[in-house]
Amino acid sequence: MKKIALKDLSALLSLIAETEQIYLPCEKGGQVNYARYEDGVKVDLSTLKTVKSAKEVFFPQSETLYTMYKEGKKIRITQQELQSEDFILFGVRGCDVKGIEVLDKVFLSAPVDSFYSARRDHGTIVSLACGEPEESCFCTVFEVDPTSPAGDVTAWIVGETLYWKANTEKGEALTEKCASLLSDSDCAEVEAEKSKISSILSQLPYTNLSLESWHGEATKEKFSSDLWKELYKPCLGCGTCTFVCPTCQCYDLKDYDTGNGIQKYRCWDSCMYSDFTMMAHGNNRTSQMQRYRQRFMHKLVYFPANNNGMYSCVGCGRCVDKCPASTNIVKVIKAFSEKEGK
Amino acid sequence: MSECTCHKNYTLDTLVPMVGVVTDIRQETPDVKTFRVNAPEGGKLFEHKPGQCAMLCCPGVGEAMFSITSSPTNKEYQEFSIKKCGVLTDYLHDLQVGDEITVRGPYGNNFPVDTELKGKNLLFVAGGIGLAPLRSVINYVLDNRDDYGTVDILYGSRSADDLVQLKEIQEVWMKAKDTNVYLTIDRPQDGWDGHVGFVPAYLKELELTTDKTVLVCGPPIMIKFVLAALTEMGFSKTQAYTTLELRMKCGVGKCGRCNIGSKYVCKDGPVFRCDEVDELPDEY
Amino acid sequence: MQELIRRMKELMADGTVQRVLGWKKGDLSYNPEPYYFNTAEELDEFVYDGFCGANLSKYMVKGSNLEGKTLVLLKPCDTYSFNQLIKEHRVDRDKAYIIGVGCKGKLSPEKLKEKGIKGIKSISGAEIDGDCTELKIDTVYGEKTVAYKDVMLERCHVCKGKEHRIYDELMLESADTCDGDRFTDVEIIENLPADEKFAYFRQELSKCIRCNACRNVCPACNCRKCVFDSTKFDSEQKANVDSFEESMFHIIRAFHVAGRCTDCGECSRVCPQGIPLHLFNRKFIKDINEYYGEFTAGEDAETKGPLTDYTLEDLEPDERR
Repeated sequence: MKKIALKDLSALLSLIAETEQIYLPCEKGGQVNYARYEDGVKVDLSTLKTVKSAKEVFFPQSETLYTMYKEGKKIRITQQELQSEDFILFGVRGCDVKGIEVLDKVFLSAPVDSFYSARRDHGTIVSLACGEPEESCFCTVFEVDPTSPAGDVTAWIVGETLYWKANTEKGEALTEKCASLLSDSDCAEVEAEKSKISSILSQLPYTNLSLESWHGEATKEKFSSDLWKELYKPCLGCGTCTFVCPTCQCYDLKDYDTGNGIQKYRCWDSCMYSDFTMMAHGNNRTSQMQRYRQRFMHKLVYFPANNNGMYSCVGCGRCVDKCPASTNIVKVIKAFSEKEGK
Repeated sequence: MSECTCHKNYTLDTLVPMVGVVTDIRQETPDVKTFRVNAPEGGKLFEHKPGQCAMLCCPGVGEAMFSITSSPTNKEYQEFSIKKCGVLTDYLHDLQVGDEITVRGPYGNNFPVDTELKGKNLLFVAGGIGLAPLRSVINYVLDNRDDYGTVDILYGSRSADDLVQLKEIQEVWMKAKDTNVYLTIDRPQDGWDGHVGFVPAYLKELELTTDKTVLVCGPPIMIKFVLAALTEMGFSKTQAYTTLELRMKCGVGKCGRCNIGSKYVCKDGPVFRCDEVDELPDEY
Repeated sequence: MQELIRRMKELMADGTVQRVLGWKKGDLSYNPEPYYFNTAEELDEFVYDGFCGANLSKYMVKGSNLEGKTLVLLKPCDTYSFNQLIKEHRVDRDKAYIIGVGCKGKLSPEKLKEKGIKGIKSISGAEIDGDCTELKIDTVYGEKTVAYKDVMLERCHVCKGKEHRIYDELMLESADTCDGDRFTDVEIIENLPADEKFAYFRQELSKCIRCNACRNVCPACNCRKCVFDSTKFDSEQKANVDSFEESMFHIIRAFHVAGRCTDCGECSRVCPQGIPLHLFNRKFIKDINEYYGEFTAGEDAETKGPLTDYTLEDLEPDERR
């Protein structure tokens, strides 16, 4: 284990930034989101949840995949360059690290998405333990350990010190690069911090959420439940939950005519939107109830069915914080538990 | 700055299409055209299996999934029969021979022509443009005639003018060995002396034996009634296959559009055995 | 609040209404949700406190299509929206039984977070029956207290007044929360040099994630099919994320609701990125007031709005600033 005084953090970031780009939580206009580290940014490592999750670094809200040039009857296509430079993603919380694992299942399974894969290959993740978890957090339900998150490097901020532990080869390489600023440390402070966090976690309201009845085999039973008809009612059909979610991966492919070439771009889409499944001859999910049900069924039943039981929710609680109508996955899970008496 | 070497083995991403050139356009019916597509340098863009689909795109207009209607046994080109029913298909219908489009694929699974269907007596039931995916299988079967038993083809449309591939039906399918073709149209029409009536009703009238494997494609409502008729006639759900059509964007099971239950129609389908369809949540 | 519940049960029991559109207790102390209560038993889950900020008027667009009458609870500011929806023929007055409920200001969970309050276990002091001056918050990090006013939604500091503009009956008391002028912020921005003004809006609007929460919650945005949802134009909601697109979305929306926006503040309340969207609407309201005379959308359900009515006295374009 290594350590560095928190006051020297900017020196550390500057050192890394000499050779590699860094993306980390920064405050802008009162909100904290991942942004590129450069002069003048306001780094914010104390806010627990960025509005958008770390997923946007690997799976941006919008990206051009290729450009089509029309020359008379002819078409010429050029693919967008893949990420080719190493970069660091700094300060990622345990839930978001797990979120990236979930996205890996989608984008790294055959056929591999090369745009995503290139970013994954070149990115080194420095995760950050959650010193002060919040009431909307329930990552432990999804087997995330916020006291010791995964990632290439795990960091803890305890008092005025940042502790640092490399977990992978990539992490070792980064540690090597920062060697001049990091000093050796024992684990005592970190161990104490971990048990402090654990005791807070046990007091949070969602700690005991039960996923017992949610699994890949539950399609028929859950899909046909009458509960959806009540649960969806507050839903406004906006895309807030999907866009702040670290695991939602649905996307749209669209054309943008620049006047000089037509860009095919990919952007986040939401299964909550009325046109999501609309096509020329009709729409197979015409009601908001169906769309609402689809989102939760996908996260808690269909995704586990296809991925050895892994849920497509990591318990970050962003939807709990942000839903304009205060409906969310926790309320869904609880409503079913209550009905099923589990 | 570290030099990247790890992606040198990547070719194009699966979402990046090839360029295809339209080499022939046939007006099948007032609103259906069949487009022949080749690689710009000639030959086929890719090999496919019967039932598979491809994404066609007109830059700046849109991209959508279409079933490949030509048989894999055709070594020269691929064909798509496309009904005019939206922004993209309107545009496609205005294309001229020599125009280029983008194509990616093939996507999805296929009718099990080399496994479950082999040696079986086959019954094809199609309605309207639903003949497009089945035509690929029918021609594949007729080109490998000895590998299969009897072939019955029941095809119906709104009117005689809406029957797709009529020339091929009359000149090739009707003349093929051990092959019966039954045509029907929804309403009586001058100059039509064939059968009149809906496909499911005609199917029951034909009193076919149940020693057949059935391949069904057409409008959802037709599929529903055909399956009911088959059950009534004594067929089991495991004897019938159909293809599903849903909104698709990526074609590779990632964008989430065509997700029903744990299946992605673009990747796990579009061909499903009817007992598998029954297992899906009722959202297709 | 018990009196309110008793009255709602009574109106359900005597058949005056088929259901109640109100707020259901959340699973945290600050997240009640809009809810249709269909039975008297369900009303045990009813809550009306400082966190019931949601404007239920828009839910009555759907509510108007349900069988029978719906009892809807409207706060004073919500009634402006309801009037405007009547004017636009999007809700059916006869399908609604309106209980105008008092309001002592609504609270912002976001502002609690900004105050560094987290790990919340319970909150007291937000009850409508109390005096709503101080919140006591029990958190896993210890007891916290905060002045009610300090965590109130911005819109409540510039409250239009506690008078209900439409109702069948009134219940519960209100408290005056207004301690500011709603055009102050607009004037500050008006007086900025052009480049600073531009920089300010670029910064705010570049945060937009195009989730459409502002549009979907807005009672004035009640088109059956929004132009931004149409696949027929390039206006579809998921435009390439580009600051120009972002700005245009909100400006077009502001133009579309101009003269109809009641300044209910829901857009800013729901924005996940905290964009002060209400500023656009207030700029329009301020200009309309200056050019056409004072006008408040939704004060009643009949008066034609200045932008939908023509009079000979209307300003000519060159007479404007």
